[in-house]
Amino acid sequence: MLTLTSLDKVLPGSPPRVLLHALDLAVAAGEYVAVIGESGSGKSTLLNVVAGLDRPDAGRVCFDAVEVSALDDDAATLWRRTRVGFVFQAFHVLPWLSLRDNVALPLALAGVGRRERHARAQAQLASVGLGDRAGDSPTQLSGGELQRVAIARALVHRPRLLLADEPTGNLDADNAERVAALLRNAVKDSGACGLLVTHSATVAAGADRVLRLGRDGRLQPVEVRPDA
Amino acid sequence: MLDLLWRSARRGASRLALLAIALGVALGVAVSAIHHSALDEFESGLRTVSGTADLEAVALRGMDESLYPLLARLPDVAHASPLVERELDVEHGGRALKLRVIGLDAFRAGAVQPTLLPPADAIGTLLEPGRIHLSHAAGRALGVQPGDTLPLGRDGHLFTVAGWLPSAGTGAVLAVMDIGEAQWRLGTTGRINRVALRLREGVNRDDATARIAAALPADVQLQTPAQALERADRLSRAYRVNLGLLALIALAVGSFLVAATQAAAIARRTGEIAFLRAAGLTRRQLMRMLIGEGALLGLCGALAGIALGHGLAALALRLIGADLGAGLVSGVAPALSFDAAASAGFGLLGVTSAAAGAAWPAREALSIQPAQALRAGHFTAVPRVLHARRRALATLAALIIAALAALLPPLHGLPLGGYAAIACVLAAAVLGVPPLARGLAKALPDFSAVPLALARARLLAEPGFASRSAAGVLAATALIVAMAVMVSSFRVSVDRWLGDVLPAELYIRGDRDRAWPTDIEARLAAVPGVARLETIRHRSLLLRADLPPVALIARPLPDDVGRVLPRVGASAPRGVLPQVWASEAMADLYGWRPGQEVMLPVTGQALHVQVAGLWRDYARQHGAVVMDLARYRTLTGDHAADDFGLWLDAGSDASATADALRSASGLGDSLELTSSEEVRRLSLGVFDRTFAATYALEAASALIGLAGIAAAFAASASARTREFGLLRHVGCTRRQIAAQLAAEGLLSALPGLLLGLLAGFAMSALLIEVVNRQSFHWSMDWVVPWGWLVLIVLAMLAASTLAAIVGARGALGVAAVRAVKSDG
Repeated sequence: MLTLTSLDKVLPGSPPRVLLHALDLAVAAGEYVAVIGESGSGKSTLLNVVAGLDRPDAGRVCFDAVEVSALDDDAATLWRRTRVGFVFQAFHVLPWLSLRDNVALPLALAGVGRRERHARAQAQLASVGLGDRAGDSPTQLSGGELQRVAIARALVHRPRLLLADEPTGNLDADNAERVAALLRNAVKDSGACGLLVTHSATVAAGADRVLRLGRDGRLQPVEVRPDA
Repeated sequence: MLDLLWRSARRGASRLALLAIALGVALGVAVSAIHHSALDEFESGLRTVSGTADLEAVALRGMDESLYPLLARLPDVAHASPLVERELDVEHGGRALKLRVIGLDAFRAGAVQPTLLPPADAIGTLLEPGRIHLSHAAGRALGVQPGDTLPLGRDGHLFTVAGWLPSAGTGAVLAVMDIGEAQWRLGTTGRINRVALRLREGVNRDDATARIAAALPADVQLQTPAQALERADRLSRAYRVNLGLLALIALAVGSFLVAATQAAAIARRTGEIAFLRAAGLTRRQLMRMLIGEGALLGLCGALAGIALGHGLAALALRLIGADLGAGLVSGVAPALSFDAAASAGFGLLGVTSAAAGAAWPAREALSIQPAQALRAGHFTAVPRVLHARRRALATLAALIIAALAALLPPLHGLPLGGYAAIACVLAAAVLGVPPLARGLAKALPDFSAVPLALARARLLAEPGFASRSAAGVLAATALIVAMAVMVSSFRVSVDRWLGDVLPAELYIRGDRDRAWPTDIEARLAAVPGVARLETIRHRSLLLRADLPPVALIARPLPDDVGRVLPRVGASAPRGVLPQVWASEAMADLYGWRPGQEVMLPVTGQALHVQVAGLWRDYARQHGAVVMDLARYRTLTGDHAADDFGLWLDAGSDASATADALRSASGLGDSLELTSSEEVRRLSLGVFDRTFAATYALEAASALIGLAGIAAAFAASASARTREFGLLRHVGCTRRQIAAQLAAEGLLSALPGLLLGLLAGFAMSALLIEVVNRQSFHWSMDWVVPWGWLVLIVLAMLAASTLAAIVGARGALGVAAVRAVKSDG
């Protein structure tokens, strides 16, 4: 279970900008939560803080029995390696690795043997409909296909926490729908916690809960309609 | 437009690339500026001494003074002025100087060399004994004033400075006295060194020259002042050209550095370039813009280099002298003036090399597809500048051109073919990096360690990166290896040569302008402890007016000449003529071959001799001829001696024998007595000092090459920030990313180092067999300092790895983590 307690995060500057303030959130295993908000409101910062990539100025981030916000950089990296899956708006698939090697990257980092990681990467690619293209270079893929590779990479090591940052921001409507469904199903099938940041009402509408990150740095539950 | 270009160039610019270009330009400009200052000084002195003379009859070892009236009476000659000349080491108030002392006939010099005379009211003092007049340059250098005294000559006779020579050139460092006084005090009674001649108006100069030359003995050479200047220019040409080569390699390294930084800048600016293309910038305009950026960078580097070059030249003239430590010219530090031709030439080379460096990656920019590149999440394409087949053909062509260029003879005494071959070898090596990098990556095992696996995968996918980042290291390694092999070969060969040409234990060196007493050989041979004495006679022969003089060495030669002369090649069978052994320079400069019959002008007569064979001589790059002493004496009647080699009795007291030799010579402590071991130590010391400047330049090239790796990785890292950000997100620690970068640095540098090593061996062969052979006219044994090379390669490999990490350290920071986010 993911628990955020009284999180504060201020962006230094003149004047300083409050991104997160006394923010509380709990996401249960198998729950899929969407966060929406204006551009620059701090949604991505929230994901970075949850992943241990950024430190809160105050408050705690706990996942299961681990206080993530108290981990040092190396410990947070090792925790993320086995527990977290990431999906980004810009895909971030490495162009100089094959699709299989891209997907197998988290397994390689976890020390899984070559044969096993290749088999698992192949299976994961098949689960997103790209099983027959495992040896291809990413440069031959469309945007929608690339995001499916990124999702396969985010899920291959069976993370307990799936974080997605505008995963459909660069996709057309059809592909966005397909990717949103993949993410939701992945959370539901694996029983992981899912935290999604998005601008899309359609994608957010597929979540179990939708929260708005306001200018005051707090999360408020909102109702969204798929066509909003 | 220029403003836009400048702003654009500043974004892609690298301070290191700028520095490399500036260093290359500075080195070239400095060497040229120093040379021109030295030559200006020489010319100033020459014009002062030659005055308005049309021709000069010159005998380096002196001619009989009776030749002067003979020349003065020739119908073609309007005026003739005899001179006695000596170059003397002078010390005054702690300042030392090589002073050119001239004895002249004041009544004759007025018509031909008025520049050598004091003011009219002081000419009378010129005739007074013990009086000299100095040029202002000599006075300044020695810190003397009229009325001061100067000790001159071996016996240190004191001369009073009577006044100045106001018409002497600003660079002329000389003293003038009456010719009779000079002959007496300098020990050249009855001899003169030069007769300056003014021809009658209206005579045909060529015909007159031929007639006057016919009236001269064989060892007196007729020359024009311009020919003397040409000889001075030749003296340092080879040395200058070798330093010029280093400047060109620095520029090549700079060009590679520009290419590396520009390539990464283009990768970073893909979106910007795509937008400009979408907004209507044509491919041609884009190409011009990117090359213009490089040229602008080159211009900045060139301007900085020109200023730095003149600063370095001023410093070198003050600290080392005009010959850069090579011992070629002497005198006071000449004044430095702005070298416009070298500044323009090397400045243009700097701009061109930077523009060429920018043109290479600019071709990659042309292949950017705007529609694709403007889409978020696109990939920066990695096009191949050359496809495998074209690359192989280009490499082959470069090697064939190198082989053909190496066969070319020197052009105006310069080994231009050798330099072209070196450039082609370097180009072929750079072309070979991507295939070797790819082959290396394929040959490596599929590492289980993630950093190594990622580094290998990247090299496999983008071998061109290795070429861009390691080209500087390749050039620097090639230069270091080539110079290390050449210098090592040269040093070992010189050491062996010294062993051959200095067989005796002790050597006595005579004063070239003062003869020994006639019984000197008997006196020295009778000294207790001396087992054997060998007499050596030196003469200087001017065989061609446009070439420096050649040394004639007469010494006892055994039947097996190879025991005392390091012979090269086959020897000719003995004929009827007396035989001489010619140095390799004689074969190169005068075309002498074994078996050929040649003429030597000695003691006023023409000696017809046969070239028995060639020998290696590192002491006289302008040529030397050796003949047996007994034969020489029989042929010339010249029984004088210059130097002596001495073998001591076993068990004799060397110190006591040396004292006895000093006493027997009559010279006491002023006898120049040196052990062959001491000569060897001094010679190798001079050798090491001469090459010290090249070691510094090699180190600078290595640093620039390493800077190239650092710059390439820094620029690449800034273009790959999101990639590193992703790796941090998926669980890569900073250490793992650092390890990946180190592995990439190592794998990128390895092909550069391997090819640099190969290119270095090829370049060392070209330096030894072509460049040095054509510049200095000597061969050497091939000696590879394996231990050094292994150390150099390992050091470069470690430094390249470190440079990659240092260059890309920004990729390990927080910025990388944030780079992947798409929203605040």
